[in-house]
Amino acid sequence: MSIKLERINYIYGQGTEMVVHALKDIHIEIKDGEFVGLIGHTGSGKSTLVQHLNGLIKPTEGHIYFDGQDIYAEGYDMKKHRSNVGLVFQYPEHQLFEVDVLSDVCFGPKNLGLKKDEAEAQAKEALALVGMGEQYYKRSPFDLSGGQKRRVAIAGVLAMKPKMLILDEPTAGLDPQGRKEILELISGLRERAGITIVLVSHSMEDVAEYVDRVIVMNKGAVAYDGAPKEVFSHLEELEEMGLAAPEVSYIVHKLREKGLEVETDAITMEEAAKDILAALEARRKGNL
Amino acid sequence: MELEAAISMKESIKSILKTEKLVYEYKQLDEEGNVEGVNRAIDEVDLDVQKGDFVAILGHNGSGKSTLAKHMNAMLFPTGGTVWVDGMDTGKEEHVWEVRQRAGMVFQNPDNQIIGQVVEEDVGFGAENLGVPTEEIWERVEESLRAVGMYEFRKHSPNHLSGGQKQRVSIAGVLAMHPMCIVLDEPTAMLDPRGRKEVIRAARGLNDVEGITVILITHYMDEIIHADKVYVMDQGKIAMQGTPREIFSQVDKLQSLRLDLPQVTLLAHELKKQGLDLPDGILTVDELVEALGL
Repeated sequence: MSIKLERINYIYGQGTEMVVHALKDIHIEIKDGEFVGLIGHTGSGKSTLVQHLNGLIKPTEGHIYFDGQDIYAEGYDMKKHRSNVGLVFQYPEHQLFEVDVLSDVCFGPKNLGLKKDEAEAQAKEALALVGMGEQYYKRSPFDLSGGQKRRVAIAGVLAMKPKMLILDEPTAGLDPQGRKEILELISGLRERAGITIVLVSHSMEDVAEYVDRVIVMNKGAVAYDGAPKEVFSHLEELEEMGLAAPEVSYIVHKLREKGLEVETDAITMEEAAKDILAALEARRKGNL
Repeated sequence: MELEAAISMKESIKSILKTEKLVYEYKQLDEEGNVEGVNRAIDEVDLDVQKGDFVAILGHNGSGKSTLAKHMNAMLFPTGGTVWVDGMDTGKEEHVWEVRQRAGMVFQNPDNQIIGQVVEEDVGFGAENLGVPTEEIWERVEESLRAVGMYEFRKHSPNHLSGGQKQRVSIAGVLAMHPMCIVLDEPTAMLDPRGRKEVIRAARGLNDVEGITVILITHYMDEIIHADKVYVMDQGKIAMQGTPREIFSQVDKLQSLRLDLPQVTLLAHELKKQGLDLPDGILTVDELVEALGL
């Protein structure tokens, strides 16, 4: 399974004075089992891009291939595609509406035409994946905590058995512990259920810690696409785009500026601690 | 004589916001509308915020932070205890408008707070509602937009601004009402890195330059290292209070309250665990540089 975007252009407002070229010549391939972080400032085209992935927006130009098939070819099963590529919007808990948790999570699979017991089986599996046990099935989704609501909303998409899951800022508004729980959950989905993940995030720290590939959007085009360490080494360019490097990156740079011979490519807390200790040790030996 | 006494008393009030045994309870109803139970969202909170302070309120989701914030400009009224804003009891109906004029609020979602078609109209909306004369409104709008660094956008449509710019327009709208205090309820939760920086810089500017009291509610630990005082809420109560250094020295307690540390503090803590001799509560890179003897 892979999804491939070939020379995607998306232009809206054509024929008016407000023509916007929202996506420019996008070439991306996301392979089975990848965990991709998608970053970019507000208005950089991230959301437009992810809406192309599950067929919510049709490109003005270019092709999207899922498993080698053009999703806009005649006779392509778009409904099936939307269950294959699940999209979790920002603040997905605002879309909970059913009387209890289980019914809410059943909504997606039922809509796909599954029988009640099949839908329930898939819903229960999805709820187990997000760590919501049987004791929650009959609870009203509105009585849950913020973090729990969000997990139920994610389960609602997982219940359609997607091969790829796109999450648009799934940790926005959560407390630090809640953020961690959601990120661990997402990371576990890839490990346990083999789901390909695209994480849209404004937190450079979270991206550095969890994903294995970062795509940076700027002004509707892909500015960088690579391993986190490589992408975050472009510190000044990222800042010009309204982004940043993870905070630890600034810390190690500052320490080096102050004369500590420390490596400056650390992007996680553990790497930075290790590098600083190594540099201090080397300095101690040098002084002896 | 009496008047003079009253004036001098008023001047001696240093506290802009004070709560005493503040309680807020709400009823939980079942489907038929019967009372199922009573939830206590705020549980006997005592707060005292001095004029000109920068105060941060932390706490996990559901700890009562936002409910507390809504008491600060009379959007919610105590079901027990008292809240005073600039010496006025918010529970008294005759004070509501004055209280709201003194304490303005900015919320999380930049798209829910802007109503004007043009930035400067939006900023003037609150002041206009207060009945400020037209000429003065324009003066205030200009001042406020300059204070948050958005003056050059005054003729723009808010729809085309970034999240951080929209939040600064919202802050300017509150500023134009000439408040003594601004309550920001997770103003950066939905913003990209630049937007977050812009909003925090604007909030600190209002505090440093204009002397406006700022109360910042946030989940981002890095945003509050410069605060004068930090309160941490848990289960409707104040669980911790102190300077950022005092608060961020208590790593285990913070983590048990579902919170975290600023990145530098976390790194220093990690280095300490690995055997380096570092003090607790390092808040900035400069402090780390010094502690490492560089």
